[in-house]
Amino acid sequence: MVDVLHLIGGVLVVAGTLLTLLGGVGVMRFPDVYTRIHAASLTDTGGATLVLIGLGLISGLTLETLKLGFVWVFVMLTTPAAANALANAAFSAGHTPRIGTFQITKSADASQAKPETPRTASGDGKSGAP
Amino acid sequence: MNDIALQASFALNVALLLMLVIVGIAIARSRSLLASILLLGIYSLVSAAWLVVMDAADVAFTEAVVGAGISTVVLLGAILLVRAGPVRHDWRMTIPPALLVLGVGGLLIYAVTGLPEFGDPASPANAHVGRSYLIETPKEIGVPNVVTAVLSSYRGFDTLGETVVVFAAGIGVALMLGFGPRSALSPPPVATGDHHVVLRVTAKLLIPLIMLYAFYVQFHGDLGAGGGFQAGVILAVAPILHALVFGLRETIEAIPVHAVRSVAALGVLLFAGVGLVCILNGGDFLDYDYLFPPSVEAMIPPGLMGDPDHAHHWGQHFGIFFIELGVLFTVSATMVTIFYGFAGRAADEQEAAS
Repeated sequence: MVDVLHLIGGVLVVAGTLLTLLGGVGVMRFPDVYTRIHAASLTDTGGATLVLIGLGLISGLTLETLKLGFVWVFVMLTTPAAANALANAAFSAGHTPRIGTFQITKSADASQAKPETPRTASGDGKSGAP
Repeated sequence: MNDIALQASFALNVALLLMLVIVGIAIARSRSLLASILLLGIYSLVSAAWLVVMDAADVAFTEAVVGAGISTVVLLGAILLVRAGPVRHDWRMTIPPALLVLGVGGLLIYAVTGLPEFGDPASPANAHVGRSYLIETPKEIGVPNVVTAVLSSYRGFDTLGETVVVFAAGIGVALMLGFGPRSALSPPPVATGDHHVVLRVTAKLLIPLIMLYAFYVQFHGDLGAGGGFQAGVILAVAPILHALVFGLRETIEAIPVHAVRSVAALGVLLFAGVGLVCILNGGDFLDYDYLFPPSVEAMIPPGLMGDPDHAHHWGQHFGIFFIELGVLFTVSATMVTIFYGFAGRAADEQEAAS
């Protein structure tokens, strides 16, 4: 019984880390600020949830499980708020989404889409990446 | 099983150290100050994770809180003031520093070969004073966390020095940048569309929790990882978050500059005062066994809170409690002073520009 729980917990932890890794790939690959924020925040909360549930299954019903629960509440409070603040700041700074209803591009491939009017050098959100 | 665990820990060490090297190269190559500062935060977080793997929980905690947390905020405040773009250097100018760095680095790598192996029980650090700390702490101090015992009791004088250094750093920043905004802060701009409602609600939820966590770290310090330094920084995060979300003016109204200044000084006074009380009661400076005068000592029933050999550790417990409280006061107030200095200067310049 304990071994089965450990196994499920381990699988969940690995799944959570893979999801977070996928979020990292999304941040590098997605075309504009908003989709990148979307990729980072969703996988962050989802990945953290999976990892924390997995760790909770491994630790069993102890004080650690309660602490993991606190960590989960903290992550669920802060990560979406941070994503909201980031998107808010990007919108205030005048970033327009490259995909979606804000702009219609002829190319169906979103990653090939060019912004209508090239903004400042820092306007595409890519120059921030190291 | 043990073999597999050792190999996994080795692989984890290698992976984390590689990440540190990669982040370090990225910092050196980055041309944007903002990116460098954020990468520095990542560097601290990775090294904190590495220190956890090395079983140095207290150091990891400090690294995460100070390196990844507060120093990132302070550095961001600093680049608000300088607004420096990338600087082009003549490449010939970089040759002497590069040679110096390579020389010192080579010497350090050469020195590493002379270090004892990690965890070697016969190494000088583990064999002499380290071992006696581990053996004597339960008898002499009666505190489960040996790190806290060493930090605040055995080396209390050293920690007093560190607290004074933190205090002096706060004074230095305040002397250069001011304790807070000198000009009358303009009233907060009237919110046209309430963009930041999510941020404000989350901050309102989080600020009390952050303070509660700081006090947990503070008063749990002799049982687990933590203590005055970490708790002080975490406690300082609460007003800083408040200032970032609600504006510096609101925060200064809630926590006035003179209160912060007084608390920073009060912490050092409390720490040194505990030492002086010990002298007055016939002991050495910061020898907490003499914290209580003999008349009070006599009233404490023997055997309470301690093993029968030593009647009790009340002096040690209360001494550590008070000096950690002093550290909490000084560190948190100094961090807020430094933040007020940077943020207030930025607000002053904004005022002057408008």
